[in-house]
Amino acid sequence: MAAEPSRDVESLLRSALRPIEPPEKLSGRVEETLSAVTEAAAEELSAWAEELSESELRSLRDPRNWLRPAAAITAGGIAAGGLVLVELRRRKRPSRLSGLADQVSEIAGQVRDQVRKSRD
Amino acid sequence: MSDSDQASARNNGQSKADLDRAFERLYRDHLRDVYSYSYYRVGNHHDAEDVTEQAFLQAYRHFERAQRESNGRPLRPWLIRIAHNLASNYHRDRARRPQRVLDEGEPIAALHGTERIVEGREELKNVMDHLQHLPDDRRDALIMRFALGMDNREIARSLGRSDGATKVLIHRAIKQLEEEISANGG
Repeated sequence: MAAEPSRDVESLLRSALRPIEPPEKLSGRVEETLSAVTEAAAEELSAWAEELSESELRSLRDPRNWLRPAAAITAGGIAAGGLVLVELRRRKRPSRLSGLADQVSEIAGQVRDQVRKSRD
Repeated sequence: MSDSDQASARNNGQSKADLDRAFERLYRDHLRDVYSYSYYRVGNHHDAEDVTEQAFLQAYRHFERAQRESNGRPLRPWLIRIAHNLASNYHRDRARRPQRVLDEGEPIAALHGTERIVEGREELKNVMDHLQHLPDDRRDALIMRFALGMDNREIARSLGRSDGATKVLIHRAIKQLEEEISANGG
């Protein structure tokens, strides 16, 4: 049977364009990437570690200070297994993430600048 | 002191921990929006994940400045604009890539994705097919309106247009869809 031509396009669009829930593993993946950023930032910071207090350094190195709470809410408790999947996925698809190292390095520099600024 | 100077001074007083918490909130509140938009633009989950991840990385990179310049306005349009630009780059890169590379990867899944979304409902599949053939700006505005529930002002900020131009854009997009669906027998 043919579709009813009278049905208004806006309600069709509303039905067709429903929000898409992100896969659970994506939260772990984003968390992992941003944790990598903070790790890289902490490594950069170690070059001038004597300028920082122990607690500042500890805080920067601890990825729990990053997106873990958000990821826990959205991912409903995915754990280390998710991070392993992320890593495996990265290794399988190096070309897609070839720019990641550069980005991490660049962002790490910016994190360092932010830390410097907030300490000044 | 100018407004921007005051904002800058306020921001300089903001600790990194405050910025991180604000970014966490942005991420938590809008992961689904960014993912939905990315999915409807690239047509498959695999690449939508890549676009989403890149969008949040870029957002993180420029977050401090975006916050400073937002003057308290919501950052969702800014975030969607990042995803919008990344999706455009994605399509541009795909168009340039040799065909054999496309064949080696996951098939372009726009139609498959559409089929899954509409769960076999011919009527909705029809509207999605027509949507994909709209001019880019009209299609993107409709995705923002109906998938993300953005209002005209938010869409305008995401697309870098005036509120008035965006209102006209959406009106014309819906009108074009209606005409094309009618012309093809509903």
